[in-house]
Amino acid sequence: MTNRNDPPKNRFVGWLMGEENPLDDELELIVSTSQQEGRDVLSLEEAERQEEAEELRREKLAIDEKSQSVRIHSWAKHQGAHWLETLYRIAAVVLCGAIIFFLMTTVVALPPFGAENNPYNNEVSQRYIEQGIPETGAVNFVAGMILDYRAFDTFGESTVLFVASCGVIFLLKLNDHSSGKPSRAMLEAEYDDRHHEPKNDGILQFAAKLLTPVILLFGFYIVLNGHLSPGGGFSGGAVMGAGLILYLTAFGFEDTRRFFTYKMTRWISCLPLLCYAGMKSYSFFTGANHIPGGVPLGTPGAILSSGFILPLNICVGFIVMCTMYTFYALFRKGGM
Amino acid sequence: MENFWQVMNQHLDEIVAVILFGVGFTTLLLHRNLIKKILGLNIMDTAVYLFLASLGYVEGRTAPILTDGITSAEKYINPVPSGLVLTGIVVSVSVSALMLALTIRLYRRYHTLDFDQITLMMKGEDD
Amino acid sequence: MNAFGMIVLVFLVICAIATSVSKNLLVSVVIFMAYSVLMSIVWMMLESPDLAITEAAVGAGVTSLLFFITLKKIHAIRGDEEEDHHDEQE
Repeated sequence: MTNRNDPPKNRFVGWLMGEENPLDDELELIVSTSQQEGRDVLSLEEAERQEEAEELRREKLAIDEKSQSVRIHSWAKHQGAHWLETLYRIAAVVLCGAIIFFLMTTVVALPPFGAENNPYNNEVSQRYIEQGIPETGAVNFVAGMILDYRAFDTFGESTVLFVASCGVIFLLKLNDHSSGKPSRAMLEAEYDDRHHEPKNDGILQFAAKLLTPVILLFGFYIVLNGHLSPGGGFSGGAVMGAGLILYLTAFGFEDTRRFFTYKMTRWISCLPLLCYAGMKSYSFFTGANHIPGGVPLGTPGAILSSGFILPLNICVGFIVMCTMYTFYALFRKGGM
Repeated sequence: MENFWQVMNQHLDEIVAVILFGVGFTTLLLHRNLIKKILGLNIMDTAVYLFLASLGYVEGRTAPILTDGITSAEKYINPVPSGLVLTGIVVSVSVSALMLALTIRLYRRYHTLDFDQITLMMKGEDD
Repeated sequence: MNAFGMIVLVFLVICAIATSVSKNLLVSVVIFMAYSVLMSIVWMMLESPDLAITEAAVGAGVTSLLFFITLKKIHAIRGDEEEDHHDEQE
């Protein structure tokens, strides 16, 4: 047994030289015999012990893994989130700076502001101005443009408003129970509304009494004069909606419901849209390119003139009014 | 330097529009509060409208409404950008109303307006 | 461009930045309202009275109203009994 104490280098040299290691067989033999013996006698205990050890090892591994993952998560939660936040902010500022820089260089290269011979003042706007009166009859060229030349575009926009009010109704309207009784959410909203809103405030009610008719009248004036002066369906409708909102804020839902209910809102928003579609279809059907046969244009400057523009303005005004009122009422209480 | 002031003077409206766009975009990106994000989006909207309307402006001309019976294109500014922006303003109000309605729904469910917290809670619901 | 126009444009930028920077949500919405009114003055200077009327009615009126009512719904306005703690962190 001298080989056992040999330094490994020598053993390696011996192996390189082709010498056989006498220990190899011996060791193998010993191991195999001990295993064979143990299998007979100690197999049960041994197996149990091994299993236990394996389980312990596995548990330890699992605990290690868990602690590591916890450490990583906590890092990601505290420092990592902080780092990411900082990185995001820096990236956002850099992005905004880059966008401003590029847009600025582009803007500076544009033709000077307000010059007469800019390329955008081309034959399109010239045509709208020079042929606008004989073709549309509207004194306000913008109204003539958006409600006659480009009325289809405005129809799409009214539809956008209608769809937006539908979306708000879908999102915020609180439904009745099927039995017809108000649901719990509705009662809560009602209570919340009555609790927070000004109730019978003298100054507000007096001001609303004075101002609401004036505001509504002014809004309707803007709508009716859309083809003669600045304004039109959109601004007049928004003014009328603001008047209704003022009345609602001062007097509450009960008083407003006397003349403006949910059902009426539905009718007032749907009917003008259909009227608009019908009028514009008639206009397209009769030629669209200002072939005579439609509605007479009248004398420019009179209130009853410019063909379809006045009724279209009224339609748009009612749609906008109802949309604004619907937005406010649904935001406030989830119903009307 | 003189050149710089000349350029500034020639493009003041457009430059202001670009700055407003940048401010709105920064608000949209940097704030976590949803209401602030919507305000930033509205500022971006108006910046774009300002840019569009400033393209139609012509120095020394009047608004496109018939005055004194003159129907010459040399007297009025360009009406096309006005019509486009008029459409845009009303669409932007309906967009912001829809966004605010969604915000109210999110608040009712998660009781916070912080966008990051809402995302975290949504992830927690999925798991 | 005259001096008045320049002043209005500078105020416009200041209002936009203040809207973004202000801590209180109610203050930011009020500043945004002022921004809309300034915008309608700018439309007037750009010779577009149609836009001025629409912006004054829609931007300064209805949009701000919707923001106010939203803030009230989420209890972000001070003075409500249910103070919102998440907004204080903001």
